[in-house]
Amino acid sequence: MRETLLEVKALKVHFPVNAGPFLRAKEFVRAVDGVSFTIAPGETVGLVGESGCGKTTLGRAVIRLVEPTDGRIVFDGEDLTRLKGFALRARRRKFQMIFQDPYGSLNPRATVRNIIGEALDIHRLAPNAATRRQRVDSLLQDVGLDHAHAERYPHEFSGGQRQRIGIARALAVEPRLIVCDEPVSALDVSVQAQIVNLLQELQQEHGMAYLFVAHDLAVVRHLSRRILVMYLGKIVEAGEARTTCRFPKHPYTQALISAVPVVDPDSKRRRIILAGDVPSPIHPPGGCPFHPRCPVAEAQCKTEVPALREVEPGRWVSCHLAK
Amino acid sequence: MPLLEIRNLQIEFGRAPNALRAVDGVCLSLEPGKTLGLVGESGSGKSVTALSIARLLASPPAFYAGGEIFLEGRDVLKMRAAELRGIRGGLVSYVFQEPGASLDPVFRIGNQIKEALKLHRPEAATDDEVVRLLKLVGIPAPEARARSYPHEMSGGMQQRAMIAMALAPQPKLLVADEPTTALDVTIQAQIIELLGRLREQLGMAILLITHNLGVVGDLADQVAVMYAGQIVETAPARELLKRPLHPYTQALMNSVPSLEAEAGRLATIPGAVPRLGAFPPGCRFHPRCPRARPECSQAAPALAEVEPGRWVRCPFWNAPDLKT
Repeated sequence: MRETLLEVKALKVHFPVNAGPFLRAKEFVRAVDGVSFTIAPGETVGLVGESGCGKTTLGRAVIRLVEPTDGRIVFDGEDLTRLKGFALRARRRKFQMIFQDPYGSLNPRATVRNIIGEALDIHRLAPNAATRRQRVDSLLQDVGLDHAHAERYPHEFSGGQRQRIGIARALAVEPRLIVCDEPVSALDVSVQAQIVNLLQELQQEHGMAYLFVAHDLAVVRHLSRRILVMYLGKIVEAGEARTTCRFPKHPYTQALISAVPVVDPDSKRRRIILAGDVPSPIHPPGGCPFHPRCPVAEAQCKTEVPALREVEPGRWVSCHLAK
Repeated sequence: MPLLEIRNLQIEFGRAPNALRAVDGVCLSLEPGKTLGLVGESGSGKSVTALSIARLLASPPAFYAGGEIFLEGRDVLKMRAAELRGIRGGLVSYVFQEPGASLDPVFRIGNQIKEALKLHRPEAATDDEVVRLLKLVGIPAPEARARSYPHEMSGGMQQRAMIAMALAPQPKLLVADEPTTALDVTIQAQIIELLGRLREQLGMAILLITHNLGVVGDLADQVAVMYAGQIVETAPARELLKRPLHPYTQALMNSVPSLEAEAGRLATIPGAVPRLGAFPPGCRFHPRCPRARPECSQAAPALAEVEPGRWVRCPFWNAPDLKT
């Protein structure tokens, strides 16, 4: 069996709605509803889905930024699910996060040196001022910035450069897993490509694993070895990146792929335009959660919930019609 | 007569001698009912160009240093305030990038659309017309949605509401400034399809501004690529996407990640768009260009017609790349 860095078992995150101080919540947003997957050391797993499908919540729950309601998270052989306080803080060094919004995720009143240095201070990785200075300079160099940038403030940088600062901050503590939550969605295409390449280079150099969360399959496809497609809190398709993108089995994955903009005007690809938005996760549709938007839904789909089953070795699909 | 014709437009921020030229000699032309895609990275001057069409740039700090903008034959830059009010939202409507930030959070969607109607078509400022507009942009249950507040709607629905509002005065030109950038790919495809359908149904022209060449292909008849305040290539959309000629357009196209390509490194454009006021001498793209020769840093190239209908600002468009 291959080595596992992170194992997530039947993870659920439910948020109560309409709960007052003395009322018990009657309804829940089932943001993540029974998700299982693994990540090997140094591997990149892509997590794709539309806004509201629960992919960000899953990414955060995996590193205990939101409390899971149920299920287990095993990181490096150790159960993280029930860890608290100091014990959890000490483990946090091993898993870091890069956020979507490079404008909102950096303290506007701190210099770049302090933004990155704070991570070192918290985990006591810099015994003295000289090492701290050296370490920040070398991290900036790693992400393609100059050490002269260290004394500047976030507003002096472009979106792409800020994302580089966010990456340097995550790298500072030498994590083994980085959760990248839509790190390139807010950037221009040309800058997107630079950041995607940087993430790949850093992985080759430092060997950490990525959980790469995004709504754009084309970007995910470039980075990931395996892909998880999420819809309404559940994994609907999982498999090796290349085959999943070439021969998607779930109608939702097919629609996501057809929505990727193509430059070639003669592309023969048929566009499947999904009607409507992701339904409310408080009252998910009965049967297959995708059936109201599914172009090929049958009577069975309205009543029976499809299970995630292995249709080919290494390929998991939750659709009654998939073969 | 073209609906919109921009001739040699020059826009500066600040006053001489410290003026920064954000738009430098842009020429564009758009026929009624057609779609023009204006493509470029952040900081290329595409939004400034778009805002200038209805003179929406605050002046100061912006100054129209030269050129003309003709809308149906009338020069916008010579119009009085009263005339401008008539064309803003009337002849020309705008849809912006962030629907959440463009809608007023304290008014119901229906009331915001009715406000646009009151200004430009007072006789049509009725609930029925609001519902008709919401239906036109594909919002389900339009009667109920008219009573929603913006925060009760998803990003895609908000953008549809913004488009409904922009359509209220029955504009002849819709300027869509990055209308899909903040949205999911699936919703992006829906909005692009909607714009295409509305163009057919209503016969209006669209100026589509985007940084993603992939988005342009589905909608535009003509594409103009901007870099550092200048147009570097313009051509019919199909031809430009099939065979881009300017090295910048080629680099921009290569950086769009595709599903078909093998995994691995994405092509990038080294460096970043030069800052306003720090444009390099000669060709503004030469420090990032794989085809740059020593002479590129000397003389600024002109936009020249290299094939019928194809204009390129690069004398070496036909030459091979020198470095990779």
